[in-house]
Amino acid sequence: MNGPADSGALVEIRGLKKYFTVPHGLLQAVDDVNLSVAGGETLGLVGESGCGKSTLGRVVIRLLDATEGSVFFDKEDIFLYNKKALRNFRKRAQMVFQDPYSSLNPRFSVEQLIAEPLHIHRVCVNERETAAKVKTLMDIVGLASRLTTSFPHELDGGRRQRIGIARALALNPEFIVLDEPVSALDVCIQAQILNLLHDLKDEFRYTYLFITHDLSVIRHISDRIAVMYLGKIIELADHLEIFIHPQHPYTQALLSAIPLPNVDIPRAGRIILEGDVPSPVNPPAGCRFYSRCPSRWDRCLGEAPVLRELSPDHFLACHFPGRVDKAKHIRPRTALESAEL
Amino acid sequence: MDQQQRENFLEIRDLYVQYHTDTGLVKAVDGLNLSLAGGETLGLVGETGAGKTTTALAVMQLIASPPGRIAGGSIFLQGENLLKKSKEEQRHIRGGKIAMIFQDPMTSLNPVLPVQEQIAEMIRLHRKADADEVLKKARDMLSLVGIRPERGSEYPHQFSGGMKQRVVIAIALACNPTLLIADEPTTALDVTIQAQVLELMRELRQHFNTSTILISHDLGVVAELCDSVAIMYAGRIVEKADTKNLFRRPLHPYTQGLFRSVPDLTGNVRRLDTIAGLPPDPTNLPPGCCFASRCNIAEPDCSRSRPSMIEGETGHFAACFKLGKRGGV
Repeated sequence: MNGPADSGALVEIRGLKKYFTVPHGLLQAVDDVNLSVAGGETLGLVGESGCGKSTLGRVVIRLLDATEGSVFFDKEDIFLYNKKALRNFRKRAQMVFQDPYSSLNPRFSVEQLIAEPLHIHRVCVNERETAAKVKTLMDIVGLASRLTTSFPHELDGGRRQRIGIARALALNPEFIVLDEPVSALDVCIQAQILNLLHDLKDEFRYTYLFITHDLSVIRHISDRIAVMYLGKIIELADHLEIFIHPQHPYTQALLSAIPLPNVDIPRAGRIILEGDVPSPVNPPAGCRFYSRCPSRWDRCLGEAPVLRELSPDHFLACHFPGRVDKAKHIRPRTALESAEL
Repeated sequence: MDQQQRENFLEIRDLYVQYHTDTGLVKAVDGLNLSLAGGETLGLVGETGAGKTTTALAVMQLIASPPGRIAGGSIFLQGENLLKKSKEEQRHIRGGKIAMIFQDPMTSLNPVLPVQEQIAEMIRLHRKADADEVLKKARDMLSLVGIRPERGSEYPHQFSGGMKQRVVIAIALACNPTLLIADEPTTALDVTIQAQVLELMRELRQHFNTSTILISHDLGVVAELCDSVAIMYAGRIVEKADTKNLFRRPLHPYTQGLFRSVPDLTGNVRRLDTIAGLPPDPTNLPPGCCFASRCNIAEPDCSRSRPSMIEGETGHFAACFKLGKRGGV
């Protein structure tokens, strides 16, 4: 683990771990994650609640410190930044938060909210320049200028999320972590925000790390998709490839579980997983998906699968890829269970 | 009346529900007409603020007053007007004949009571039975929703989100209601857990044959569970049809826009079609069609009066003036 690989990636995550000490042990929110995001790319990070995706997003822009591992931004380790370098990094990497209701200061007007990052980083020389810059940002994200003096409680969720985006764009960042930016919004507003993010990227060549639990949104916005389960990346591939040829039994179950708004596509063999996601506190050795996997074998219990390249640009962490028997829905009995019978 | 009773199990006519607030009179439900046949599962779809939950609460007679008030209309359940019932009669109907599943299982359970007690409470209120029978019935309900009866003495915090929602479903079905209202029952759940709960609801529907109103903003969930769908916009139903017809050929411009806004799981389109603008302010609804200002085929006439429901195709209704003119939008 020395320098970053010479891959041309803007963000390179290496062996990243984030553990939290909790009363009953060690909560392994992010465990040994390796990922890279190329400049101009949108990497989608998808998983269920509690899988560690938001923690990963926060560590990547150093809102949280890592327990172990490194994140290289433009070939520099962000955890080795001094105060000045960190301040500069804050301009280049920004975040949009999920909840536009609680992430905005209710006592700030729209103008004050958007001007806040400009003030902090002393971007503008005087108030007139700040006001002009705020006006430009409001135009970019589609906020009418009559709303300048409005307060967040007067605005709907879509407009509030536009403020959140304007704040993130204020410092001309290169890399933006979007943590469930459309999950709190209605479908029509969600479509407007997704289009906005898409257009902004076209215009300014931003690099996105897009975090969501919504599979149709992630497929729509991403270039590549990483699937996360209990702190680990279990599959990573191109956004179409992963939907057409999912290889991990968890990805397969996740995709088959989406209710489709279409009455003419027959539902072929939905995989219904047993039980719930286990606790990330003191997770078992071996594959973390073992307890719910419909195609588990003895080997999965003893040996944790590592993420490896299955076919070009399709990475997978599973000992037995693509083995779910969809037609039958029946989980093959493990040798252990067979022995018990 | 007898004929109607069979066909129209639940019939809501010209329902108006209003909330008195500091900013004005919020017309949450504004002249809603909706009917449900016995054994039918109806999906009620709409965006935040369309009035879905208010409609459900009006049927349950749970509109908080003040600030809320049912300002007009009638709700007939099996031929009886629920709005004419006394408080005492309403209490018997609520939970006994009509039950509701709320959106958030984390807050709809009592944190200091074991889950079997919470199911038993429902049975005790509506059925005559001794303590042992009640407890047995409560535990039977648990196993029916896929929870081991031994876990009945545990408290809500010991269950995961999906399991809690199963408990809420068990409470709702404990008295074998004739009408079940499920308000976004899977919205708070993860997709793999949602799949489990949807599967359970499908099984229970066959078991109980309860007439159900499923409130959801998720067109996918509605496509999977519902026989028919009603689309709600600004306090009214704008389109209603059986699920297949509505999904194959939506007639109302709002419904069409709604479908286009959903990211597709089959194509590879990077820009979505959106409906411009926002729903109207419920304190200041326009006199004409509420969707006119956002509609791409609206004419000046659309803003003059409210469109009523027109049968575009057999059994497929939409409230759009253009439908009558062209026989389809």
